[in-house]
Amino acid sequence: MKVDMELCLRCGACVGTCNDTAIRLYESGIVFHMDICVRCGSCMLVCPVGAISEEVGV
Amino acid sequence: MRMDVDVLVIGGGPVGCTVARFAALGGTHTLIVEKRSEIGSPVRCGEGIAPDIFDEIGITKDSRWVRNTVDGARFISPAGHMWVIEGEAVSEEVGLVIDRDKFDKVMALHALDEGAKLMLRTHIEELIVDGGKVTGARGKYMGQDIEIAAKVVIAADGYESVLAGQVGIDTRLESKDVETCLQYTLGGVVNQDRYCDFYFGNSVVPGGYIWIFPKSASEVNVGLGLLLSKVEKKGAVKEYLDGFIKDHPVLSKGSAISMVAGGVSVSMPIKTTVADGFIVVGDAARMVDPLSGGGLANGMLAAKIAGEVAAKAVKSGNVSAETLAEYDTSWRKRLEEKMYRNYLTKELLLKQSDETVDKVIETLGNTKMENVGTFEIIQAIAEKHPDVVKEIEKFFI
Ligand SMILES: Cc1cc2nc3c(=O)[nH]c(=O)nc-3n(C[C@H](O)[C@H](O)[C@H](O)COP(=O)(O)OP(=O)(O)OC[C@H]3O[C@@H](n4cnc5c(N)ncnc54)[C@H](O)[C@@H]3O)c2cc1C
Ligand code: SF4
Ligand code: SF4
Repeated sequence: MKVDMELCLRCGACVGTCNDTAIRLYESGIVFHMDICVRCGSCMLVCPVGAISEEVGV
Repeated sequence: MRMDVDVLVIGGGPVGCTVARFAALGGTHTLIVEKRSEIGSPVRCGEGIAPDIFDEIGITKDSRWVRNTVDGARFISPAGHMWVIEGEAVSEEVGLVIDRDKFDKVMALHALDEGAKLMLRTHIEELIVDGGKVTGARGKYMGQDIEIAAKVVIAADGYESVLAGQVGIDTRLESKDVETCLQYTLGGVVNQDRYCDFYFGNSVVPGGYIWIFPKSASEVNVGLGLLLSKVEKKGAVKEYLDGFIKDHPVLSKGSAISMVAGGVSVSMPIKTTVADGFIVVGDAARMVDPLSGGGLANGMLAAKIAGEVAAKAVKSGNVSAETLAEYDTSWRKRLEEKMYRNYLTKELLLKQSDETVDKVIETLGNTKMENVGTFEIIQAIAEKHPDVVKEIEKFFI
């Protein structure tokens, strides 16, 4: 997963929605722990501004 | 860096600061850690609050954060029918419009006045757990490693909480129990009346509502919550809200001076909120009212209990889950019944077609009610639409 930081409002909605706690929100940006991520897609849909997309090929 | 405190509160939101105020009042050495660099910013709120809880949590209305008092609430159906509730009846849900960033800061100041300490730019990454018992937390302060030992650790880290799960407290949410929200503060709008407006209906916002809260005669807070399980494509929330504003005769004239997003849980209460040496509270403990999506009142009421129980436990030298369970029992006694009831009401509303919502709002709009309570509402609907009420009664009787 990847975030467009130009769109992101740092609201934490994605972090709290990921039931596998694969996302962390820092002052500096968002980190996805792809080793934990199960690619359920919830974070993409919950992001109010559509800042998250699936990174193809990772 | 290493530190040692009695009570460590993680998260400097209104809930964390209220916990800290009461823990410090109870005579403990209390520290709040907040990862952001400013309390209350960026804002995450519709900024509506019912003043009837202020006495209970020991705060008074304060010109630093009160922006507007409202005369009532208006519920608007897809076809444009309107139900207006005025006066005393509304203070239950929405009564004051606040400046949330200032509110949060004043809550922090109250905590500091009682002797609590606060550290900004402190991001907790994990709890320190020793043989099943929480003994502190570690993370980064201004980018440097920090470890804080504490007798009781209280997670008030909001919707984005990831800490409670580390001691086996399940705060995971299903997509039907999550609202994804976006909100603007709009200036340049002429809005003379002081009503909080709520727009409903699946064609307007699937499984949620749009709110318009008046902040002044030319400024409103307008936002939208959409049920995650109804979101079909990314960015849907912004599209719905922008579309609504564009078509609105008054709002379309304004421009945003702020833009706020966030997640809100609209779930049943979670199973447990304590572990050995550990408490979870507020949005982190999914205490938001499942019908209104308001989390300030429930969170702050529970926060007071959490602070008091934590201080008592520290003083007694026993911080086991059994001792801290007094918090779990007390907040449930205060909040749980209403949460269950409102959860069921939410589920019921979700099943209604736009036609039914139109019928119900039209009927309520044409009925004079002395008090607005569940019973009066059902009675008013029953007179005109017995079929709708049969469905509703299944939930309440
Ligand atoms: C758009 C929107 C509109 C809303 N409208 C209303 C409304 O009108 N009325 C109402 O009552 N409620 C409303 N709510 C809900 C309300 O905002 C929350 O219930 C309230 O903020 C909960 O307070 P809290 O202190 O539990 O969490 P928060 O206010 O979220 O505070 C948590 C704090 O913890 C910090 N934190 C998180 N993780 C860490 C970590 N690991 N280390 C250190 N710090 C951390 C965060 O930075 C944050 O400051 C709304 C929510 C949203 C998103
Ligand atoms: S795709 Fe699912 S598991 Fe992966 S980060 Fe997003 S919400 Fe978490
Ligand atoms: S939900 Fe979207 S806007 Fe909010 S923090 Fe995540 S990526 Fe950013």
